[in-house]
Amino acid sequence: MKNLKAEQKKKQPGKGQVTIKIDGKEIKAKEGQNLVQVARENDIFIPSLCYYEHIDPPLGTCRVCVCEIDGKPGPACMQKVKENMEVRVNTPEMEDTRKAIVEMMFAEGNHFCPACEKSGNCSLQHMGYEMGVSISRFPHLFKDRLIDFHPKRMIIEHNRCVKCHRCVEEVLTKEGKQVFSLCNRGNETMVGIDYEQEAKLTMQEALAAMQLCPTGAILVRGQSMAKPFGDRQFDQESVKKEEEDKRAVVEAAVKVAKGKKVIATISLAGCFGCHMSMLDIDLGFIDLLEVVEFNKSPINDIKKFTQQCDIGLIEGGCCNSENVETLREFRRKCDILVAVGECSIWGGLPAMRNMIPLEECLEEAYLNSITTVAGEHIVPYHEDLPKILDKVYPCNEIVKIDYFIPGCPPNPEHIWKAVKNLLWGDHYSILYSEFKYD
Amino acid sequence: MKSEAFSRQRAHPDLLNSLWKYQNQHGYIRDEDLTSCARQFDMSKIELEGVISFYHFFHRRPAGQYTIYLNNSIVSEFKGFQRVREAFERETGARFGEVDPGGMFGLFETSCIGLSDQEPAALINFHPFTNLNTLKVRQIIAKIKQGVPIEEVCDEVGDNIRYVPPGKRAVFFREYFPGNAIMKLNGMSPEQVIEEVNRSKLSGRGGAFFPTGLKWGLCRQQTAEPKYIVCNADEGEPGTFKDRVLMNTMPGLVLEGMAIAGYAVGAREGILYLRAEYTWMKDKLEKAIDRFYGMGLLGKNAAGIDGFDFDIRVQLGAGSYVVGEETALLNSMEGKRGEARVKQFYPIERGFLGLPTVVNNVETLCAAARIIELGAGHFLQAGTATSPGTKLISVSGDCHQPGIFEIEYGMTVEELLKLCQADAPYYMQVSGPSGECISMADKKRAFSKDGLSCGGAFMVFSKHRDILQILLNFTTFFKEESCGVCTPCRAGNFILQRKLEKIKLGLAQKSDFEDIRQWARIMQTASRCGLGKTASNTLVKALDTFPEYFEVKQGDGLNMKFDLTKATEAYEKFKS
Repeated sequence: MKNLKAEQKKKQPGKGQVTIKIDGKEIKAKEGQNLVQVARENDIFIPSLCYYEHIDPPLGTCRVCVCEIDGKPGPACMQKVKENMEVRVNTPEMEDTRKAIVEMMFAEGNHFCPACEKSGNCSLQHMGYEMGVSISRFPHLFKDRLIDFHPKRMIIEHNRCVKCHRCVEEVLTKEGKQVFSLCNRGNETMVGIDYEQEAKLTMQEALAAMQLCPTGAILVRGQSMAKPFGDRQFDQESVKKEEEDKRAVVEAAVKVAKGKKVIATISLAGCFGCHMSMLDIDLGFIDLLEVVEFNKSPINDIKKFTQQCDIGLIEGGCCNSENVETLREFRRKCDILVAVGECSIWGGLPAMRNMIPLEECLEEAYLNSITTVAGEHIVPYHEDLPKILDKVYPCNEIVKIDYFIPGCPPNPEHIWKAVKNLLWGDHYSILYSEFKYD
Repeated sequence: MKSEAFSRQRAHPDLLNSLWKYQNQHGYIRDEDLTSCARQFDMSKIELEGVISFYHFFHRRPAGQYTIYLNNSIVSEFKGFQRVREAFERETGARFGEVDPGGMFGLFETSCIGLSDQEPAALINFHPFTNLNTLKVRQIIAKIKQGVPIEEVCDEVGDNIRYVPPGKRAVFFREYFPGNAIMKLNGMSPEQVIEEVNRSKLSGRGGAFFPTGLKWGLCRQQTAEPKYIVCNADEGEPGTFKDRVLMNTMPGLVLEGMAIAGYAVGAREGILYLRAEYTWMKDKLEKAIDRFYGMGLLGKNAAGIDGFDFDIRVQLGAGSYVVGEETALLNSMEGKRGEARVKQFYPIERGFLGLPTVVNNVETLCAAARIIELGAGHFLQAGTATSPGTKLISVSGDCHQPGIFEIEYGMTVEELLKLCQADAPYYMQVSGPSGECISMADKKRAFSKDGLSCGGAFMVFSKHRDILQILLNFTTFFKEESCGVCTPCRAGNFILQRKLEKIKLGLAQKSDFEDIRQWARIMQTASRCGLGKTASNTLVKALDTFPEYFEVKQGDGLNMKFDLTKATEAYEKFKS
């Protein structure tokens, strides 16, 4: 505000040409023009989702266009060009920030591109490819969202909405009434639609609304497939290259790993069923032994670790202090730790005792059962015996577990595919029969 | 004139009042109310629904004949929130977030209601209930069930003014004679008023420290008419309650401050935006306004100055933290969703209804009134050279003397802790969740504009409190109070909350703490308004300030929550 007066004075003498710098490149532009627009005209790409040249003032909602403007980070869409403005678009920090915001959108919404009508014609998808988003750094938020089928002509797919505000701003009835509005607040914010007003829109206006949406959140019934899949100018080349790069990395890694990978396995509070399942690949086991060797494992009866292992497979949860010690040792000795089967993931069958206090459990087993003779039996306790825990703990409540393979037991193919993937990056797909347990 | 926020939305300054009328009539806004309201204001229903759903005191479903809002701020949590919550559920037969089957009681949680010095506190039909415990809840509900009017059941809110500077240096809490300040305007030109305020070096007390005199001067230069004075009485920052005490003890002083500001900038109307949590003070304020009209201090030729007409009205908010941000406040006054505006214009250029508006906090206006009354010289003799004057600090948490402290700038943290008789202080939160946290290593730091700047809240927590619980409470608060417009704030706070829950479960690794720092930076860089930019400050600062606390939370492959000794305790009984 301090410079307000000075700024106002500067604005007075009409809108002339100004020279600005974007990433070191000198650019001439009309004073007061929008920065995103100026950049676009000069073939400099500043990503944006909510920006639309004719919405003035700009919305500034998506924040994907963050750049360094005169040394300070800020959204490019909110900037009007001024003499000597210095903009830095592609610094590592800004690139990462913009990418993070797009990743946040993927973590927050439920975006399934392959099943989306707008796939190939979606700005969010475009931004994802452009910035090389292959995975979101943020945990997926699993927000439960609805699909609104109530409107007469439209379907509102709330899973895909990024709340850019475009439709709120642009879609109006002839009387000037809003058809869309943001509703709620905080992480519950959503774009609501007015069914009455929506019915008043013409078909053309409805289609325009669908086009306006940067994702596939607004769909018009019967029209959603008008644009076919696969028309993606933005990914055909770059993605192909990326895939090749990935394959090369995997192949190189396999070559380097000439030596055998080392596996350790253990069954804690489990039934050995998962180990049985591991053996169930039958002759496949011989092939497996070509590339791996087993260290501490019931399979070869090695009792003590003799070296650091690449991967540890854990069956069962922890029900006594010996389990805890073993599991902790596994964590130390194995680079990757995988919980195999339900017992190791959440306790499984042994965890049925968690509902009953330990004291009652032990008394029922050792003192009050029908085969015990009163006064002759005791609950075993000796310093050489492992101590029973108050309840059965799943493995990730004791140590950090890197991966989980569910199933009771998991299918053998499933286990080894996952292991091969973890060790060598092999691509794999799980067949339906491999996780169907009835 | 086109408003500069979200441009096509028209302003409806009466909308909030209309909605309050419906809400009060039936305890919620019925479908038919929505329809008629939409017709009245010529809006689509969804636009109206958008406004209603933004404010958490508006309900679209029955909220009970008696609507109970229990404060869930961190101070409340530490003072027995959970037990009080259970007591309310037991006594009323309703669950939180719902209404009991008979429709008599509705139970809801709410963020800080400005009673941090007497927690746990609740509002029942907007009447205050303080220092709650299980027994008290039982008595309150029993009385309500007997049909005792709520006005008779509710508590008198104490002011708890604990400290004023010695030697008559007090600015706020000293004898108050209504009209003394306004009458000083006689014989002063508006320029002289601004000059006097400039001389006092008064800066905004909401926490932004913008020089008040400069703001008024710039607004005075604006040519557009009419101009507005807005008093921001929406102190939503958890732990702050200084404006409550000012308005409760001296409602006239803030009115005088508004009139003085109006005189200085050439405005004719002042609007006091009162947060709905303070509805119980609305009557008092309106009575004070009436009294001022009666005394000729407001209205036509106010204070006997020819040609100075000034009116004040109270606008009631409806429950939203972010509305405390000045541009969001203006949107709210215009009957819109309280989203912060994009920073294209300052309120002094285009504020309320697109017209020049001065937005000042209650404390700033009160200070301005005192400066005119006592002269800038009086103000300058307190405090330090760069930060003159006194500052109201709301102290709450683990101390024996929670309440308001009128401190002189330059007072150190250590001195304040001693004054409030803090109990083994360990973690102090300055300026509420969006401010910063400090440890005893900072005890020599002094409050000032450039040193430890404080918006007004000072929460003290002892060694026995869990820092993670504090941080989780703050992050949850921001998650719910974000206006939801921009991605980094809307999703970011949610993501950080998940991360903190992961730490709580004992699953955090070193990388998780690194993630928090980086993700907080992204939120700071990219968020649209102050809420998102500051929401993660405390979290990051806490990692730096209390490394020893977080050290033990980082498992090197181990889950830090698991305790083998504890897990085998039950079995040890069988050792014979």
